[in-house]
Amino acid sequence: MITIAGAGLAGLASAYELLQRGAEVTLFEQGAGPGAASVARFAGGMLAPYCERESAEEEVITLGSRAFEWWAKITPVHRRGTLVVAPRRDRAELTRFARRTRGHQLLEGGEIAELEPALSGRFASGLFFEDEAHLDPRRALCDLSTAVENLGGEIRYDTPAPTRVDLDCTGMAAALPKLRPVRGEMVILHCPEVEISRTLRLLHPRIPLYLVPRDDQHFMIGATMVESNSSRPASLRSVTELLSAAFALHPAFGEASVVELGAGLRPAFADNLPRLFERDGVLHLNGLYRHGFLLAPAMAQRAAARLMPQTAQTPAMERTG
Amino acid sequence: MQFYGTELTSRLFLGTAQYPSPKVLCEAITASGTEVITVSLRRESAAGAGTGFWQMLRQTGARILPNTAGCHTVQEAVTTAQMAREVFDTDWIKLEVIGHADSLQPDVFALVEAARILSGDGFKVFPYTTEDLVVGEHLLEAGCEVLMPWGAPIGSGQGLRNPDGLRAMRAHFPDTPLVVDAGIGRPSDAAAAMELGLDAVLLNTAVAKAGDPIAMAQAMAQAVRAGQIGYAADPMPRRDMAVPSTPVLGLADLK
Repeated sequence: MITIAGAGLAGLASAYELLQRGAEVTLFEQGAGPGAASVARFAGGMLAPYCERESAEEEVITLGSRAFEWWAKITPVHRRGTLVVAPRRDRAELTRFARRTRGHQLLEGGEIAELEPALSGRFASGLFFEDEAHLDPRRALCDLSTAVENLGGEIRYDTPAPTRVDLDCTGMAAALPKLRPVRGEMVILHCPEVEISRTLRLLHPRIPLYLVPRDDQHFMIGATMVESNSSRPASLRSVTELLSAAFALHPAFGEASVVELGAGLRPAFADNLPRLFERDGVLHLNGLYRHGFLLAPAMAQRAAARLMPQTAQTPAMERTG
Repeated sequence: MQFYGTELTSRLFLGTAQYPSPKVLCEAITASGTEVITVSLRRESAAGAGTGFWQMLRQTGARILPNTAGCHTVQEAVTTAQMAREVFDTDWIKLEVIGHADSLQPDVFALVEAARILSGDGFKVFPYTTEDLVVGEHLLEAGCEVLMPWGAPIGSGQGLRNPDGLRAMRAHFPDTPLVVDAGIGRPSDAAAAMELGLDAVLLNTAVAKAGDPIAMAQAMAQAVRAGQIGYAADPMPRRDMAVPSTPVLGLADLK
């Protein structure tokens, strides 16, 4: 029997991998239901390793490139790519983004309109990252919880973990040294007037924004990055910035309903990369930062290989630290 | 040159925002050899023990110059400065009172007022100002002993938009430490500021948003040093005609 503290993204993904290897798994979760207390609820759900490489280390690509296949077995994954655009006066940002990333092609205005007719005439050029995808984080957390239970895993909600577990995946609650919170704020809009089918990134020197379509004409808009430990609700300043950036993307968002404002604390280490390491006899998987859905599968596979070395399917190459 | 009684060897002040990760930031600080780092204080974080990010910054060993970035009123700036003093245990404050959201131009009237309040409260104020001489005088009257004129709007990377204004400022305030704050984009901009005789350069985005922030931090440090030495070495004057560097006297006359 393997015990896991935390049934968020890292805990559930690790449980899934362990169950695949034939383990018996019990998760202890403080939240009331699937994903209810997980910071991943507020994620964009982008599987966008190439775009993330703009500011992240190469590992987001090496660790994240198989995330599509992993998630596609569990929850609907929309492989429609990412479209990156910039306002005319910030064209230089697009050039910079292109220089720092790969896996994209340069599109002219007409080609952007072919991909997303709603953006017709709005942007003169953009970058298309064809091999990227997105999913709905809340649905994915529920689907992954169901998959874990279908494989025989037990998730005990509303239950504090025993003092000793095999794997700790409790994010900021783990209070690890050098783990820091990076606050993020997001908005969910409902806008029947705008049809957008893929992730959009709007480059702006001060307010970079992404928009991820969800079911039923809902759109998630994120996300701020604030070095802060505050878990207060989203601030007016952040919400104003996110909403005005959405308005810049398409004026029809002016008529959208603001369905939800959210804020959460991303757990991160100094290099913003996740870590799997042992501390006082407990294995910890933590620090998924803003790459939870992208990196959780690979990190979970490493955690499972570490806990069940006799069944390891991949060579153990854990990051330690 | 002393800044409020503190002798600084490095004349590069480095901002700590917008880096790809705190790890890269800490390596950039080390590579630059900077002794002063600016930190923006979000008031929401001031309660409690502060963030893990701040702990990392404290561990760099550099002196922390908290700033009031994003404050638009005197009251906001004063409150933020007071919180920063508690959090970082320093009476140094980089005073920013923004007057215009798009250009991030300082509101010099509110700046002078906030500087007076904070100086009276024992702060050592580093005001982010324009190259306006009269404003500079008012800031000194308000208790400031350092002036930080902009090179160009914050984050614009335009370099020095008004070198003549900065030169005039140097001439007008010969004994006041002057720090070019904001607008530096390239190492040559930093060198140019030092060649005008200014005492230090404060920059952030130019390093944080470079493809290789650590290498850029090093380049900026070297440029600041080159400009500083170059100014002290008394550069030759510009001439509008060529002047041969080898003497013509004594050349053979082959006519």
